[in-house]
Amino acid sequence: MRVVIAEDLFLLRDGLIRMLEAHGFEVAAAVDTGAGLLAAVEEHRPDAAVVDVRLPPTFTDEGLRAALEARHRVPGLPVLVLSQYVEQIYARELLADGSGGVGYLLKDRVFDSAQFAEALRRVAGGGTAMDPEVISRLLARNADDRDLGGLSPREREVLELMAEGRSNAAIAQRMVITERAVAKHTSSIFTKLGLQPSDDDNRRVLAVLAYLGR
Amino acid sequence: MNGGTIATGNSTTPRRRGSWVGERLLGSARGLAFLGLALAEAGLVTALAFIVSFAIFVYPLLLLPPTLRAVRRLANVTRRLSGVWCGVPIPVPYRASAERGPGGTWRRFGRVSGRLLTEPATWRDLLWMTVDPLAGCLLAIIPITVIGYGVFGVVMPAIWSPIVRAGGNEWYAFIHLTDAFSGALCVPLGIGFIALGLWITPLFLRWYGRLAHSMLAPTKQAALEQQVAHLSESRAEVVDTGAAEIRRIERDLHDGAQARLVAMGMTLSAAEQVLDENPDAARALLLEARDASAKALTELRGLVRGIHPPVLADRGIGEAVRALAMDSPLNVRVTNELSGRPPAPVESAAYFAVSELLANVSKHAGAHQVWVDMRHEHGLLRIDVGDDGRGGADPGRGTGLRGIERRLSAFDGILALSSPPGGPTVATMELPCELSSPKTSSF
Repeated sequence: MRVVIAEDLFLLRDGLIRMLEAHGFEVAAAVDTGAGLLAAVEEHRPDAAVVDVRLPPTFTDEGLRAALEARHRVPGLPVLVLSQYVEQIYARELLADGSGGVGYLLKDRVFDSAQFAEALRRVAGGGTAMDPEVISRLLARNADDRDLGGLSPREREVLELMAEGRSNAAIAQRMVITERAVAKHTSSIFTKLGLQPSDDDNRRVLAVLAYLGR
Repeated sequence: MNGGTIATGNSTTPRRRGSWVGERLLGSARGLAFLGLALAEAGLVTALAFIVSFAIFVYPLLLLPPTLRAVRRLANVTRRLSGVWCGVPIPVPYRASAERGPGGTWRRFGRVSGRLLTEPATWRDLLWMTVDPLAGCLLAIIPITVIGYGVFGVVMPAIWSPIVRAGGNEWYAFIHLTDAFSGALCVPLGIGFIALGLWITPLFLRWYGRLAHSMLAPTKQAALEQQVAHLSESRAEVVDTGAAEIRRIERDLHDGAQARLVAMGMTLSAAEQVLDENPDAARALLLEARDASAKALTELRGLVRGIHPPVLADRGIGEAVRALAMDSPLNVRVTNELSGRPPAPVESAAYFAVSELLANVSKHAGAHQVWVDMRHEHGLLRIDVGDDGRGGADPGRGTGLRGIERRLSAFDGILALSSPPGGPTVATMELPCELSSPKTSSF
């Protein structure tokens, strides 16, 4: 699996390359600016791009805008955006086109390299990877929602993991329950929230995120 | 102040009540009050003259400070009345200064009288108190004199003959009082005088007010001095808050991230020591170190958010407030009509003010709907934060609103709060600034 990395800090860029290569990724290019990212994705057509939000020359949200532009130029290009902080407003912009293949994670998540590699594979496969912090803030915002209040604690846990973008199998493994139990929980969640059930993991996640982000 | 409005600056509006005649009569009678003030002023000036002429006995000088303070008080009465009665408000020109201090009678005397005597406004007060009794108050009492003369004319038919017979004045204005007819002629003339007196009353009061203003209002220099004093005060506050903020950040770093990094280093070196003989323990220690680094990062994120929120830095106040609204449990509608970004310090002050106000709303107001409107007009950044909660917010209680006011005042900004019991509450802030044109994307 070939990836392009856009990260301006040498230490982090180096660390990311080493880690991804250790997990079997091929790093086609590692650049340090938004413009560099655009050139690299057009040249290498990677399976995914890993982009830091803050890049030179403006050191604001240059990376995010470059990522969105890259998806515009190379339609369907999966991007995983990394940041020192997560903002709902940016998560929404990434999810806005509703096509999946996006990730938005805190840089801390690279500490657990196996999980990070899994998240990147998921994104490259057209899925989503939302940081737990984004999800918990979305849930906190919906604290008064009566339908959400009707979920059992178990269902709530499943909802959180699902919103992060995990598949049923991953949720089952994480919660140490069977996949069938997860499927039961998810269908119950969809009924309680009044959402259209779907077998497609990805569409399901987007529906949940849309519900929370209303 | 419960449920009221706070705003800086105040204005005096003359109250309107009663009929035209009643109002004017009252106005002319007020002229007499000014005459009374003028007499008191004359008394004070005379007293000062005595004190100075007996200065050779030294002890009378002790009376100087209280007398000068009385001068001030009296001048302030004139200033206030000029605003209320004459429609010419006069600001107080004195420099602010501490009254109390150490030292015995004479040292205190020296300090106080030194301060009073070097205050230019004192001398202008004294000039006014000399001019006013001699000439100024004439302006104030002319209307009532004219009216009185008119009344004298109206009653003339009844009183002219005793006066003339007793060898008194045989003239009323230009009428020679010789018989009943000439006495009766005085009546319409008297009515004319009364009407004239009533008509000129507000005119003369205003002239009087302007005369008082010319001597009692702060001179341009004094006004500048007051402004400078205000500026140094607000600058001192800004410097203080800045220093306190830096201390807080230093403490947070020291007790938080820094301490965690030290602990991490120790955990890692412990892991290194047991790595060979006990790999399991080493693994546990490594996991611990990883968790500590995650915690340190979380703390640093919180700290950065408190210093300068990332979205504010990236996108400016419009998007940053939108992000605030998204994180808020309240239903917040954000309207942003800003075409550019204010200067960074102003933007930051406004952002934290909005953040504080939203926090207040979610804590106290019990609101369902909250709205934030941002726009820029007439060189002012104007932000309204309103809610449909229970209202009755009291700016006097709690330090939150005061803190916002202080922060805004550093940029000559103001905060006005309208919160009648039962709601809605609207907080409006205004900050003078220019907007810079938005950055264009490089892609």
